[in-house]
Amino acid sequence: MAVTVKIQRKLDNFLLDINFHSDSRRIGILGASGCGKSMTLKSIAGIELPDEGHIEVEGRTLFDKTEKINLKPQMRNVGYLFQNYALFPTMTVEKNIAAGLKGTKQEKEARVREMSDKFRLQGLEKRLPGQLSGGQQQRVALARIMAYEPDMILLDEPFSALDMYLKDQLQRELAEMLSDYEGTVIMVSHNRDEVYRFSEELLVIDQGKIAVSGKTKEIFQNPVSKEAAHLTGCKNFSKARRIDSHTIEAEDWGITFTTERGIPDYTEYIGYRAHDFIPVWNAEQGGADGAGSDRNGMLRFELESSAELPFEKNYYINAGKTVCWFVQREKVRELEERGMPDYLAFDEEKLLFLK
Amino acid sequence: MEEIMQILKDLDWSPLFISLKTGVVATFISFFLGIFAARKVVKATPGKKAVIDGILTLPMVLPPTVAGFFLLLLFSRRRPLGEFLFEQFDFKVVQTWLGCVIAATVIAFPLMYRNARAAMEQIDMNLVYAGRTLGMSDTKIFWTVIVPTAGPGIASGTILTFARALGEYGATSMLAGNIPGKTGTISQKIAMVIQDGDYLTAGIWVVIVMIIAFLVIFLMNLISGSKMKHIGRW
Repeated sequence: MAVTVKIQRKLDNFLLDINFHSDSRRIGILGASGCGKSMTLKSIAGIELPDEGHIEVEGRTLFDKTEKINLKPQMRNVGYLFQNYALFPTMTVEKNIAAGLKGTKQEKEARVREMSDKFRLQGLEKRLPGQLSGGQQQRVALARIMAYEPDMILLDEPFSALDMYLKDQLQRELAEMLSDYEGTVIMVSHNRDEVYRFSEELLVIDQGKIAVSGKTKEIFQNPVSKEAAHLTGCKNFSKARRIDSHTIEAEDWGITFTTERGIPDYTEYIGYRAHDFIPVWNAEQGGADGAGSDRNGMLRFELESSAELPFEKNYYINAGKTVCWFVQREKVRELEERGMPDYLAFDEEKLLFLK
Repeated sequence: MEEIMQILKDLDWSPLFISLKTGVVATFISFFLGIFAARKVVKATPGKKAVIDGILTLPMVLPPTVAGFFLLLLFSRRRPLGEFLFEQFDFKVVQTWLGCVIAATVIAFPLMYRNARAAMEQIDMNLVYAGRTLGMSDTKIFWTVIVPTAGPGIASGTILTFARALGEYGATSMLAGNIPGKTGTISQKIAMVIQDGDYLTAGIWVVIVMIIAFLVIFLMNLISGSKMKHIGRW
């Protein structure tokens, strides 16, 4: 399992310049809309043509500008799952699945039967795509790709058009259906939960360039760049001035942190996730809670506004710049009993040092 | 009333058959040519597209007599091409039924082409991409995915083409003339009898044309309505 992608292409307002190699079976690409992630997938599939570069899948060169290699999409053996599934609307389910198959009629029929069994499509063979539910359409699209035995499968924002309930269900189904697939799967998404759930390895793309790449879990723990932190869901950022390897000033918050961890040289920003704040009450001063003794490293709790969500509550705090604090439902009850805290404290372990 | 019955009894039905025959053949030719041209134009680069589209649409915009003029210029036996066709293949276009067909095809073709093109341009490009990544050849994608999906647009193009070909007058009268029983179409018949002040015969032909037109549209709607039911929802 190996994929090498090195492509350049001029887009309307920036240069797409992607360079990665991975041996991972499940790769996620995270990026905001229009960052070039879809273009990257389309280049691998051969739907779009990069200006420069080299693409290699499983040791097979699909594209190489200098050697003038550019396999047609038909020859690349790369499956592509489109966001809208792109099922052929005038063909029945079985004809859709058989669309790309070669061989005798019997062979095709056998393959279609095998696929409709595997993807639980029995009884739907004679239906048209328009008569299927979203989940069934996804299964047909995947069956159609799998019937063709691709070396690699590309998933282009597969869940972004779905409602929350269906999304969860289809994510589970997709994971299950792909579980015994041996080839590489690349999923592109702007949704951090989707890629976190799906991928072992992650690329974060910003403005056509890879901002960070690495093991998915590690990137979420230490996103390294501000863009990556933002895309992985970090809400609070402050411009930072590194004083020495253990002291840093968060300028927007007016707080200086002294840390046990070494602070990387490149640090220009400090990020802090909205769920990670620790509430501190005045009454606690010198109390058993421990966090209450030093007020310098804390934010004064000055509520600007709040928003209630089904399972959590968001508080927006005025601290030079608006700071978000997200509180889970159980904790909200505690806050209602005790009243609003006077300060928010940081857990030093959870500070993100970003460039 | 008796007068009408008398006219109907003595009526020469040949214009009806000539018109129908011309309409069917011209539609058949336009159907394939139109789809073929639409495919080429959809795939062409923007600059090329504008030029080719202009040329292909011209017969629809120009007065039919202008098209007739050009056709005469091409096919007249006193002209190189017409002379060549006659001497080599014994092909006569001017003053023949073939002339009816060519005139009707040229005039009606843009309707087919434009409708097919508009329908194809609305097709989700992802369908084409999906086909390609599944290993389908472009030709196969075109005939098994694009054309059926563009079905409603192509069907309406076909109806309009047939209607236009059936009623063609200007270019036909110039190229094929109005030879009764040979190139005399309904439109020409109506014009001719009106010149004689015979409004009754003209009226009968008008009614016949209207019935045909209505039947064709009704039939097509019926076919496309039942076949394309699920596409609308897609």
